[in-house]
Amino acid sequence: MKDARREVSNAAEPRTRAGLPLKPSYGPDDVASPPPPPGTFPFTRGIHRDMYRGKPWTIRQYAGFGTPEETRDRFRYLLEQGQTGLSLALDLPTQLGLDSDDPRAEGEVGKVGVAVDSLDDVERIFGGIPLDRVSTSMTINATAPILLAMYEAAARRQGVAPERISGTVQNDLLKEFGARGAWIFPIEPSLRLAVDVIEDCVARLPRFNPISIASHYRDAGADPAEELAFTLAAGLAYVEACLARGLAVDRFAPRLSFFFYTYTNFFEEVAKYRAARRLWATTLADRFGAKEPASLKLRAACVCGGHSLTRAEPLNNVARTTLETFAVACGGVQSVFTAAYDEAFAIPTELSARTALRVQQIVARETEVAQVADPLGGSYFVEALTDAMEERVRAILGEVDAAGGMVECLRTGWLQQRIARSAYAQQRAIESGAQPVVGVNYPPGLGSAADRGDEVEAQRLSQTAAEEKARGLRELRARRDGPAVRRALDRLGDEARGGSNLQEPIREAVLAYATVGEITESLRQVFGTYQPPTRL
Amino acid sequence: MSERRVRVLIGKPGLDGHDRGARVVAMALRDAGIEVVYSGLRADVSAIAQAAVQEDVDVIGLSILSGAHLAICKRLVAELRERGATIPVVLGGVIPAADHSALRELGVAAIYGPETALEVVVAAVRDLALNHALPARAKGGPT
Repeated sequence: MKDARREVSNAAEPRTRAGLPLKPSYGPDDVASPPPPPGTFPFTRGIHRDMYRGKPWTIRQYAGFGTPEETRDRFRYLLEQGQTGLSLALDLPTQLGLDSDDPRAEGEVGKVGVAVDSLDDVERIFGGIPLDRVSTSMTINATAPILLAMYEAAARRQGVAPERISGTVQNDLLKEFGARGAWIFPIEPSLRLAVDVIEDCVARLPRFNPISIASHYRDAGADPAEELAFTLAAGLAYVEACLARGLAVDRFAPRLSFFFYTYTNFFEEVAKYRAARRLWATTLADRFGAKEPASLKLRAACVCGGHSLTRAEPLNNVARTTLETFAVACGGVQSVFTAAYDEAFAIPTELSARTALRVQQIVARETEVAQVADPLGGSYFVEALTDAMEERVRAILGEVDAAGGMVECLRTGWLQQRIARSAYAQQRAIESGAQPVVGVNYPPGLGSAADRGDEVEAQRLSQTAAEEKARGLRELRARRDGPAVRRALDRLGDEARGGSNLQEPIREAVLAYATVGEITESLRQVFGTYQPPTRL
Repeated sequence: MSERRVRVLIGKPGLDGHDRGARVVAMALRDAGIEVVYSGLRADVSAIAQAAVQEDVDVIGLSILSGAHLAICKRLVAELRERGATIPVVLGGVIPAADHSALRELGVAAIYGPETALEVVVAAVRDLALNHALPARAKGGPT
């Protein structure tokens, strides 16, 4: 009795970030049964038999700022330095459907990504970059239908047919309501637009991922088990939405992809990716009767960095992202973004961006990790942790189901409040020293971390991006075919009032050089705007 | 003179949707017995000023991560001035040191970063509330 109480209350008992207990050592008795080989159901050990020997992970660094030209130059630099895929960062006005000259965009144009107003900008971003040979991931959600149409059109101008373009639009609106906040329309029409993109890609763009179901819950404060549970719950909600649209599970499930955050809790992160694949495969097979192996394979991209990085002593972040990158390689992901050491507080400089790229290349080329699938498989510890993670995630998925499912949890704010509670608990743990963050609260006696933040040179953003973009918009509006734009926008509004897939009318508007703001406004007039909860 | 609870408006203006910091600070303030009103995401700057005056708050706390802090703070200060309000504004988020002096010149009372301890923020908010409340109450009280 006394011992049991001590076990529960002893704060010093080591646990993982998700609260999974850690034993001093692990042995054969801790492992239920070894999972089958890589490339076989339920894919715990990886989705391919020979993993990175057959298909190296894509080195895909998130980049974009200022004007299309500045972003194009950064893309070209990264490709020259050995990057193997592109990842486009868009500014907040573009993400929220506001043109660069909209008063609501004041101060935000070109800040956290590049500003895109029309097809013209996308053509310039990818100028001289062959879109049949490089794949592009776009972190775009509420305006994903528009950016996808622009990307497709820009490729066509290069002579690249739609069936040859490859890449991903994030297009995950559920996590915008739950964690990231870049929503525009209410939940129902947002889901409709997301499924429109999935349906369109299934029908027309065979090499394009129409969605990347993303785990921003983690960066908002969720622990790793909550992160995985909420992300999988969102995935299941999209499966249900696609089935409700009348799509067959084995038609669309192979096209769903995922995106996860990775921090420095190395072994737990490896276990998380292994558990994720097993949970997804078994759920798709058992609950939805998916049969195709491709439907059952969880393909994951990831970011190494996020909230694990610190502003204090920023060069320490290189060590952090190296551990994280090694973790995701051991975890068997398909695409990796390693954040730059200054990314927690600035747009990366050329130096910090190159260093982050080098971290990936060192992990990929100087270690053995890319030669052997699931190198930690069979480790008593990692197998036990994978099982424990799976069990914990199943329990949280049960809680989500009990609370009415993912969409209902977002509608009521249950999910947002749960994440905020976790974030608060984490912050308290950092401030009490219970969770060490080197250079911030460890070693003791460092003093205020706020005073040790600016040891590195920050990227300077051009002050003229907003002006340039406003001038560009004036010129565009003068030279395009005004009546054609009007007709396309009217048609889009009409079809939005009906129930048809909106990708085709959006493509027409994009080709007429309607702007992101104009297209969004046409939809907003039909769908309205989401009202965020203000309850804490 | 009756003791009144300190009231704070936590505002999340601009287009950025990451409100982890805003929520964590709000929870810490509430745990310290401070009354907190939250604007919700993407709050309009004039609506923040309006709510601050209406709710008679002692301090406004803004959370900004997107780099739009100069434009937003300038607008908020102007909106408050238009309403004759002297409510102190505290800023938290990703704010480069190079912008601190410009922000202070605008009238921002304090600037905090991602690693500022919650107790530091709570103590500063209390101090500001007290200093703000005294002259305002004296002015508005019976003569």
